[in-house]
Amino acid sequence: MTTTARPADAAAPGQAARPERVTRALVRDVELPGGAGTLALVTLDNGLDHTKPTTLGPAGLAGLREALLGLQARAARGELAAVAVTGKPVYLAAGADLTATATMTDARDARALAELGHATFRLLGEMDVPTFAYVNGVALGGGLELALGCTYRTVSAAVTALALPETFLGLVPGWGGCYLLPRLVGVQRALELIVTRPLANNRMTTAAEALELGLVDAVLEPADFLEQSIVWTADVLAGHLVVPRAPLDDEATWDAAVAGARRRLDARLHGARQAPYRALELVAAARTADRDTAFAAEDDVLTELIMSDELRAGLYAFDLTTRRARKPAGAPAEELAVPVRSVGIVGAGLMAGQLAVLVARRLRVPVALRDLDDERVAAGLAGIRTLVDGMAAKGRISPSEANRILASVTVSTDLHALAGADLVVEAVTEVLAVKQRVFAELEDVVAERAVLATNTSALSVAQMSAHLRHPERVVGLHFFNPVAQMPLVEVVRTPASGDEAVATAFAVAKALGKTAVGVADRPGFVVNRLLLRMLAEVAAAVEGGTPVTVADVALRPLGLPMGPFALIQLVGLPVALHVLGSLHEDLGDRYPLSPGLDRLAREGRRVVPEPDGRGAEHGVDPAIQDVFGEPGPPGALDGAGVLDAVLAGLTEEVGLMLDEGVVGSADQIDLAMILGAGWPLHLGGLTPYLDRSGYSQRVLGRRLLAPGVADVPR
Amino acid sequence: MPSASSRPTVRPVVFVDGVRTPFGRARPDGLYAHTRADDLAVRTVRELLRRHPQLPPERVDEVAIAATTQSGDQGLTLGRTVGVLAGLPRSVPGFAIDRMCAGAMTAVTTTAGAIGFGAQDVALAGGVEHMGRHPMGLDADPNPRFASERLVGADALAMGRTAENLHDRYPALTRERADAYGVTSQARFAAALAAGRITADLVPVATRDPERGWGLATADEPPRPGTTLDAVRGLPTPFRAGGRVTAATSAPLTDGAASCLLAAEDTAEELGLAPRMRMVTFAYAGVDPAVMGLGPVPATRKALDRAGLTIDDIGLLEVNEAFAVQVLAFLDDLGIADDDPRVNPDGGAIAVGHPLASSGVRLMTQLARHFAARPDVRYGLTTMCVGLGQGGTVIWENPHHRDYDGLAPATSATPTTAQEQQR
Repeated sequence: MTTTARPADAAAPGQAARPERVTRALVRDVELPGGAGTLALVTLDNGLDHTKPTTLGPAGLAGLREALLGLQARAARGELAAVAVTGKPVYLAAGADLTATATMTDARDARALAELGHATFRLLGEMDVPTFAYVNGVALGGGLELALGCTYRTVSAAVTALALPETFLGLVPGWGGCYLLPRLVGVQRALELIVTRPLANNRMTTAAEALELGLVDAVLEPADFLEQSIVWTADVLAGHLVVPRAPLDDEATWDAAVAGARRRLDARLHGARQAPYRALELVAAARTADRDTAFAAEDDVLTELIMSDELRAGLYAFDLTTRRARKPAGAPAEELAVPVRSVGIVGAGLMAGQLAVLVARRLRVPVALRDLDDERVAAGLAGIRTLVDGMAAKGRISPSEANRILASVTVSTDLHALAGADLVVEAVTEVLAVKQRVFAELEDVVAERAVLATNTSALSVAQMSAHLRHPERVVGLHFFNPVAQMPLVEVVRTPASGDEAVATAFAVAKALGKTAVGVADRPGFVVNRLLLRMLAEVAAAVEGGTPVTVADVALRPLGLPMGPFALIQLVGLPVALHVLGSLHEDLGDRYPLSPGLDRLAREGRRVVPEPDGRGAEHGVDPAIQDVFGEPGPPGALDGAGVLDAVLAGLTEEVGLMLDEGVVGSADQIDLAMILGAGWPLHLGGLTPYLDRSGYSQRVLGRRLLAPGVADVPR
Repeated sequence: MPSASSRPTVRPVVFVDGVRTPFGRARPDGLYAHTRADDLAVRTVRELLRRHPQLPPERVDEVAIAATTQSGDQGLTLGRTVGVLAGLPRSVPGFAIDRMCAGAMTAVTTTAGAIGFGAQDVALAGGVEHMGRHPMGLDADPNPRFASERLVGADALAMGRTAENLHDRYPALTRERADAYGVTSQARFAAALAAGRITADLVPVATRDPERGWGLATADEPPRPGTTLDAVRGLPTPFRAGGRVTAATSAPLTDGAASCLLAAEDTAEELGLAPRMRMVTFAYAGVDPAVMGLGPVPATRKALDRAGLTIDDIGLLEVNEAFAVQVLAFLDDLGIADDDPRVNPDGGAIAVGHPLASSGVRLMTQLARHFAARPDVRYGLTTMCVGLGQGGTVIWENPHHRDYDGLAPATSATPTTAQEQQR
């Protein structure tokens, strides 16, 4: 099956599922050119405009099945030369309607949905005439499997969203995908589409790539796609066009490809998620299995996964990061935001330069930077130019756009250059006194309504603004590094922050293309506070005698994007220690200092080896064990112990954060961890996993989310 | 030293090919009720390019697309939007043009003028009218001076009434003759369709209906085959109580598009584009707006004069049938019988429909098809009347005629693929 682009449409927690958005299968006869006979053309249409993707739920599938059964009978009577399926503009179909799936409590319902998909799609392969999919638009999951069920496929050259994203969410392509695809395009390419691309941040496939992969048989221009698909059909029927089909891969090729994919999965996931592995097993069996056996196996796996907490957490997380993220929780009314027609940035360092480019690019307003001396100004300008030139060289922006961005950014030593800004962001050294002085100076320069923001990651925003005449206009805008890529911004509100300033911060974050999570002015906000808690627990274990190599792999069962030492290396050890120190000061012994890490920093050493250039995963450098002393004393934690300490620590911290009101609800923590730290969908971010693994009950004596919100209710 | 410019040249212009969409009834349940006008025009341009792969698209110097109502999906400078939507290179310019019913004809003569003058080599010219989305005269704001100074009669803006006026002016133009003419038009079109002379000029159009799904328009919707004199005799006269003009003697309100490919004869030779017609000359003329249907008379006389020909030299005439009475007035003036086989041998707009600004190219495409079948005919003409009292006529030469001295026309080849068979 499956996966709509937006399981987003799944029910919000605590709400009843919305009714299925039923897609109708409309059938019309078309006379083929050249006297080739009658084509029955099926249009999938949910009767709504292009903002509401066509999806396939139980009622829609039943309607399609009925239509196809009718056509099967007509084909048997010799009334038809071919059957084709296409969609309303922009969509063939964006996959299964998972609305009902997210709240299913009975495995029989899950199996019924799996079987209905097969019973419907397989008809396309069991007609007396050839069947054609005219892939006019988005074809995801079940939508693409529908096309795979046909004998032939044309695709519009404008289509960029072809994918089997099931394993990304926690399912498998189980409406024929795992069986049909490897037999059509070869096992290697099938695994690329079923396993590799979903794992690569759910990468989509374009029409041109699809042709190269053998996923489609012809790419036709969008201007008259349907007309030319019909002409193409007539030519195929008449034998003027012969579509080559590769023979089935041999056993050795098949097994080697599956084994290779398993190795790559292990290297990345270490078995942390079921779905990709289950898909791999189905593909492995597809070479020799017959259709009935293979489809039954897909039904089994789908049933099991639909009834799994992993999928439910995935649906919850996807909904959270797409549909629900569009309306940030706790944000003041949008109308209160100050219009931002120019932006000032204090500092011209690395972070400031990244911010300037982002603002110039997305907000399309003038940006003025200010730093202390000519040398820093020159360096800042050079850095900005390098960034912009790099984007232009990669083709991400046009030369004109590069010119526009560079022309809209100015750097000087004069604070008065920032006088006209509606928003000033400070990005200077993380020293409270420095930041206080910057704000105090700014207050004498900027306009009365100008909003002042700090990009601090660990300091108190309230203290920064304590001595100002107008602390109500100060907020935190915490971006993550690299600024251009990371989708999250933490909008920090102090007790003194006014609605106008906070609304402006949310509006700017949105205009910059970021998702904003509103947080209270507490140390480390959400993401750094939890990441550092995790690192602190790992560091404490290592200081307590756990070997670094054991600690480094201890968290693998979670399937996080990287190991703890790789994370430290990415952030930079000195930066990590700076934040740790700051949190230690503010939050106490839950964030113990690490003499070993301090020494590594003083010595300027790496914690993981230099990249080998082959993209291999970076484990900890065993050589750093020396700073922590001989491992293995009594009481030292083993791997399971480290994992337990980390999870217990995270649970405790989440409980405290909710008590302190850092965010209004647990789901905001998940949103922040998914977008700010890349934590995986199958954990639901964090709190669904803490609930289903029992940690929240054990440590806090309560669940963080209601049963059924991000797991299978029991 | 400054260099001298090259001077304008006069050179022959050939009609390489023409296609049209199937025509649809301009009704809420018509063929194109849910299809955009610009999309119809795009299909015709795409088809011309597809039929002539030897024409590098960047060699197209102009895209001129006509529409009477240039707003909504017929707005935004159609020639340019259609070029972009059809996938022509961005370097190919385009413009929109309007002379009401003679829009496409004017697109042809205007671009042909530029080609003959040497300013351009290759042009796409055509027109579109979605009368379902753009009813005639909707949103028009006639200057009050038309009425206050009696510049035009009160009837001049209502085409049906101008047709009634023609009956008034020429008592010899009876309802009986008009009815007979209308019935003949239907019969001739039906015969041509059955003989396979119509479909080859059509480009199928995918049509989406939110309630019925996608379909494919492959045939004209307006024709009423089997129409008999008995059936039309008693029809009401909607334009005047006790009048003479009926639905059976008027072109139906129609949605459709038509386009053609024009080239300088030397460019056609260079690119291997075979001519189907060569332009001889053209003329437009004005008449009293109250009898706009007379327009073809002075336009044709003017064109014949310029060409140095008489009506006896013209072996085939494609006359747009806005109304039967207007064709009959033209024929009477030229001394041609109502049922002369030279005139609209495959029927006309009364049967197939008249999507205003596209009909001019429909006439040309149809004439080109006759030419191929009638090498004995040397000259033909296309003519039409225009609202507010105008007429337009283009005279064409048949490259299949033995005395033709220009670039040779194509000889027929056997189509192999469905795409070729569509031609």
